[in-house]
Amino acid sequence: MRRRIPPRLTDRLATATLYLVSGAFVVLLLAFVGYFLYKGRSELDFRFLTTAPAFSTAGGGIGPQLFNSVYLVFLSGLISVPLGVAAGIYLAEYAKPGRLTDFLRLSIETLSSLPSIVIGLFGLLVFVTLTGWKFTLMGGALAVTILNLPVIARTSEDAVRSVPASIKEGSLALGATHWQTIARVLVPAAVPGIVTGVILASGRAFGEAATLLYTAGMSSPRLDFTNWNPLSATSPLNPFRPAETLAVYIWKINSEGLVPDARQIADGASAVLILSVLAFNLLARFVSRLLGRRFGGTRT
Amino acid sequence: MFARKNLALAGTLLLAAALLLAGCTPAPSATSASVSGTLLVVGSSALQPLAQKASELFAVANPDATVTVQGGGSGTGLTQVASGTCDIGDSDVFAAEKLDAATAATLVDHKVCVVGFAAVVSPDVTVTSLTQQQLIDIFTGKTTNWKDVGGADEKIVLINRPASSGTRAAFKKYALNGAEEATGVALTEDSSGTVRSTVAGTPGSISYLAFSYLDSSIKALSFDGVAPTAANVAAGTYGIWSYEHMYTKGEATGVAAAFIVYMTGDAFKASISSLGYIPISDMAVSR
Amino acid sequence: MPNPMARKTLGRINRTYWKHEGLGRATVTVAGLFLSVLTLLMAGFLAVKGLSTFLVDHRSPLEFLFSTKWSPDADTPAFGALIFIVGSILLSTLALLISTPFSLSTAVFVSEISPDLGRNILQPAIEIFVGIPSVVYGWIGLSVLVPFLRKSFGGLGFSLLAGSLVLALMIFPTIASLSADAFRALPADFREASYALGATRWQTIRKVLLPAAMPGILTGVVLGLARAFGEALAVQMVIGNMIRIPGKLTDATVNLTSIITMDMGNTAMGTPWNDVLWTMALLLLLISFLFIVLARMTGRKRRAVR
Repeated sequence: MRRRIPPRLTDRLATATLYLVSGAFVVLLLAFVGYFLYKGRSELDFRFLTTAPAFSTAGGGIGPQLFNSVYLVFLSGLISVPLGVAAGIYLAEYAKPGRLTDFLRLSIETLSSLPSIVIGLFGLLVFVTLTGWKFTLMGGALAVTILNLPVIARTSEDAVRSVPASIKEGSLALGATHWQTIARVLVPAAVPGIVTGVILASGRAFGEAATLLYTAGMSSPRLDFTNWNPLSATSPLNPFRPAETLAVYIWKINSEGLVPDARQIADGASAVLILSVLAFNLLARFVSRLLGRRFGGTRT
Repeated sequence: MFARKNLALAGTLLLAAALLLAGCTPAPSATSASVSGTLLVVGSSALQPLAQKASELFAVANPDATVTVQGGGSGTGLTQVASGTCDIGDSDVFAAEKLDAATAATLVDHKVCVVGFAAVVSPDVTVTSLTQQQLIDIFTGKTTNWKDVGGADEKIVLINRPASSGTRAAFKKYALNGAEEATGVALTEDSSGTVRSTVAGTPGSISYLAFSYLDSSIKALSFDGVAPTAANVAAGTYGIWSYEHMYTKGEATGVAAAFIVYMTGDAFKASISSLGYIPISDMAVSR
Repeated sequence: MPNPMARKTLGRINRTYWKHEGLGRATVTVAGLFLSVLTLLMAGFLAVKGLSTFLVDHRSPLEFLFSTKWSPDADTPAFGALIFIVGSILLSTLALLISTPFSLSTAVFVSEISPDLGRNILQPAIEIFVGIPSVVYGWIGLSVLVPFLRKSFGGLGFSLLAGSLVLALMIFPTIASLSADAFRALPADFREASYALGATRWQTIRKVLLPAAMPGILTGVVLGLARAFGEALAVQMVIGNMIRIPGKLTDATVNLTSIITMDMGNTAMGTPWNDVLWTMALLLLLISFLFIVLARMTGRKRRAVR
């Protein structure tokens, strides 16, 4: 074996390289965020965030798109979180090693590797055409759910698994059933991990465009923000209306937009998108830490 | 104690989600069917801005009607209107060019406006006009340097739209006289917006755009010496243009009929012109 | 692993059992199975749509897979997808080659060198990268990377290289976070034993931890590869979509997802042209599936050796 360089020096060099690579990564992220904040700085004001977009004149805002994005993430979370977490629990606790479990894991991995446009087209045929809903927020939410389920299931499984065995055994030893142990001990202890996964998935849903082009649509009817009756066609809360989200709007305005200030709007909207992702993350960390303190206090 | 409460909460949420999921399956009749006067327009992204503008103005005149305009491409629009998923299908091309003859026969064509197309080049290109033959030579890959058509010694970068694009179909038919473009030498950009920014940023590049996308970041070329303007298209001297179609399944009725009448009416003419399209009534020629 | 106590409870089928165990168990099992059913549904749907190229339009699978002739709008159309397949493979392989060293370094840093910095700075940074929408990546690529490449390497800027770089950045978080998980999951004994033998930290990482964490790393690499294969919008914006097999790194190229996104909306459903796009989507699914199966096999083999 060649050992001309002393191991200690190699060790130092390797450590330095690793610091460098990781540092470069963080710098890259800062550059990304900085670039968009700088580019979009002129647009980032209250008016831009709250007014409706204009079709052919300068000065339109992104109000409805922003609302739609948040609402869509919320709707999809309503379905994907319980389902995904439950599937994660099943995988971590009940799934016995064997064909079926192998197949289930294979399914999850395959599902998570599907191109989002394929999920969008599946949504077009199923949630738009087959159900007769046409382009709806709900259709978009369901399509995004398909996108997010594998992510949430995986992270939940990991979170439940990473709870120390001693805690689980303690609960079982006290006479709790397996399910009681899961519900009252494992899941609460895994909450920080689960929340992180959910937030990551929400971030993806928030920025998703390809899937939504074909399901939630590229237009938004006139919204009356004083009408909170979810059954009314102009109510923002109505899940069965077309809804253009922020990411879709960026895509549209870049590709087919006729407004003269398309560039500025795209810059501004991208900055908002990135800031939202940042906010999502900070929130997740905060909540996760809070919950971690509350539920995970017994962790050693 | 807290954990138990939390579990109950989680259970309730799960149940709620399950109910929601189950409750949603049999069509949300409460919203879509009971509101009369809704109209869904789907298709061509080239026509989308105009249709959207029309829907905005139409809504002012008809407060009870809700018109939703949706892009997705001509193919999507035609498929969906043929299958009854939407009320109006926008298309850049005749339905027969995309659908099989039997399906196309069920659709009724409404030509709502004319759109002109121009060859565009990056600002550094000095050429200002090309003949049809020169354009054909460039797009079939025969001419590869700007100096051969009177420009500087600079390589020509071809930028195409995808083969399925309506803009490309129109340009190929009317500017290139149907000549088969060279394959494997052209960049392809998905949409008019990206074509515009790519041409603006790539020295020596040439592509084509609808008039509605022309701006100062790129240079539009004269065709056989005729400038690409709405007036020249209307007068019949500039030949690269096509109709924008709105298809309905069977004769248009109700809101769809009213909307199409509005789009082709006098009240909307000014908007058509200001967005870079040409009103049918202005045309001295027809196809 | 249900423990004996729980097993005993399992045996007693009564109302209490149902309330305390069965209901919950049934619920999560249904949720788990639902994921499988969903995948089967999607696969079935893709298969039906994708196979109609061969079954309804009677085109030859060999032509689809091995012909480079793509002229869908000609009078006698040809639907050879080889160029797109090669483009996809080149792009994702290159992206993987670029990304993996950096991802692994970051994973090692987060798990072995400085867990504190990792948890407080790198982990959030990785999560934010995941959250950045692909449209934004593509747009940065278009407005910053492409002009940069044009200036420094000549050519058009739209290139295989540009696509691979954007993809490399996009799959970085996937590989890094999954590899970091793999390192973290290793028992502390490994490290202690290695240090006790007098190995430096780097030697420990390279000779002990890296081989031991390999199955987990491979999973990350495969999932990254899958993401690279399926990514559409960002790549399509920077590769130039020139329909030919690229000869060098700075040549423009095209891939499966690009041609699908570009033509899907503009072709009518049920036409041969549209059908062949679905066949490509089916192919994407089959390729990712193949990769996943392969990775599991290598993972399992290594685990067995250990």
